[in-house]
Amino acid sequence: MSARGDSTTKRADVQAASARAVKVRRPVTPYWRAVGAIAWKDLRAEFRSRELINSMLLFTLMTVMVFSLALELDAEARQTTVAGVLWVTIVFAGLLGLSRSLASEKDKGSLDALLLAPIARSALFFGKMFGNLLFVLVIAFVLMVLLTVMFNITLIHPLLILLVVLGSVGFTTVGTLLSSMSVHARSRETLLPILLMPVVLPIVISAVRGSTAVLNELPSEDWMPWLQLLALADVIYIAASYALFDFVVEE
Amino acid sequence: MPDRDAAEMIAVQGLTKVFGINPVLRGLDLSVAHGEFVTLLGPNGSGKSTLLRILGALSRPTSGSVRIGGWELPKEADFVRRQLGVVSHLPLLYDTLTAEENLYFFARLYDMPSEQRAERIRTVLERVGLWRRARDVVRTYSRGMLQRLAIARAILPDPAVLLLDEPYTGLDQDAAALLDDLLREVAVSGRTVLMTTHDLRRGYLLADRVAILSRGKIAFDQPTSAIDPGALPSLYADVTGAATVR
Repeated sequence: MSARGDSTTKRADVQAASARAVKVRRPVTPYWRAVGAIAWKDLRAEFRSRELINSMLLFTLMTVMVFSLALELDAEARQTTVAGVLWVTIVFAGLLGLSRSLASEKDKGSLDALLLAPIARSALFFGKMFGNLLFVLVIAFVLMVLLTVMFNITLIHPLLILLVVLGSVGFTTVGTLLSSMSVHARSRETLLPILLMPVVLPIVISAVRGSTAVLNELPSEDWMPWLQLLALADVIYIAASYALFDFVVEE
Repeated sequence: MPDRDAAEMIAVQGLTKVFGINPVLRGLDLSVAHGEFVTLLGPNGSGKSTLLRILGALSRPTSGSVRIGGWELPKEADFVRRQLGVVSHLPLLYDTLTAEENLYFFARLYDMPSEQRAERIRTVLERVGLWRRARDVVRTYSRGMLQRLAIARAILPDPAVLLLDEPYTGLDQDAAALLDDLLREVAVSGRTVLMTTHDLRRGYLLADRVAILSRGKIAFDQPTSAIDPGALPSLYADVTGAATVR
């Protein structure tokens, strides 16, 4: 009455299945192949739905409009405040993306599918992180163009781009880690900013100070320490996330 | 080194799992032979899903020994994951991707050689009857189609063990009958299958053995040949203390 066929066929099939089990030559998928697959999947899914990038872009546009209309600044004041506007907008727009990144995986159960796959846990982390980083960088570059137009200050500067990339790496690294911690909480949308803001503060301060120095064309000793601090923070956050992610997703 | 010649594909001994102060599994013992199909019955909260999550290396046991294919959990979880296919009541798929894109993604995650991917994806989609809808976005699929695609995802890497956690949840009669056929096909291919379900009749018809989990322990475990199908509901009620059974 069971689903099985005759005993001879079954024995041969069982032996074949057992052989499948024994032939485990490489337990985990090569690290960067897994990272690339996850990042590709996130980009493909977002390209199809455009849910995240549209809401982040709309938020960015609205924020720049509000700042530009609310702060009636002269040229000198604009020069000193535009870096703050840039980073505050990057952080809040980025939060929109970070809070949905792992939450949507959790809600649809696909987080389990990722955790069931034979990949290193940290590869899952970096795959998600690279996807988030790309969204944040797209927003940051759109924002730089918008601020250049609205504030009449040229933000397209190699050093400023370097600061934006370094700041975004640190922000998305720690943001992806904390969003994976808060994803199981009932009030995760409010929990993530509360957890993230204090941790990301060194990055925001370094990025704003460094960006202001670059925009005001100050000598390298005024922006270099902030650039170095950003790079150091990135290294620390990446190492900490690599070490901690296994424990964060473990049940 | 794992004992890969052992007759048991799944061997669980003295397994306990405690959440906070609540024990869910209390010294559970279970063994499933190579190629065997075992149905695990039990009321809600008896620990079926927790057991499957531990076997899937998604959750750590509090104590006890768990081996799959001779590999020990959680120590050798990487080796265990490589052998597993899991189907749950959630499809574990991405609804903004097409069926083909979903399977392509999982083929990459399972390190399937690139020259074999397209052929293997076509094979499993044809097997679950979804090849003609391969390029449709999963969001447009019915619940039954999603569950068939979930089975395609689970068998894509050709796993030796299939864990099915209430795969019939939310399916109508036709979709459930289709899933029956698919599981029969999966079963005769020699895979070891452990399925949890609330559907006693289906569980009995598909399996070689039926076990009943009650209060965190295996309270009943017999081959289907030794069970009178007509008496299964009352047997289930006796073992679990359930008032009504299907």
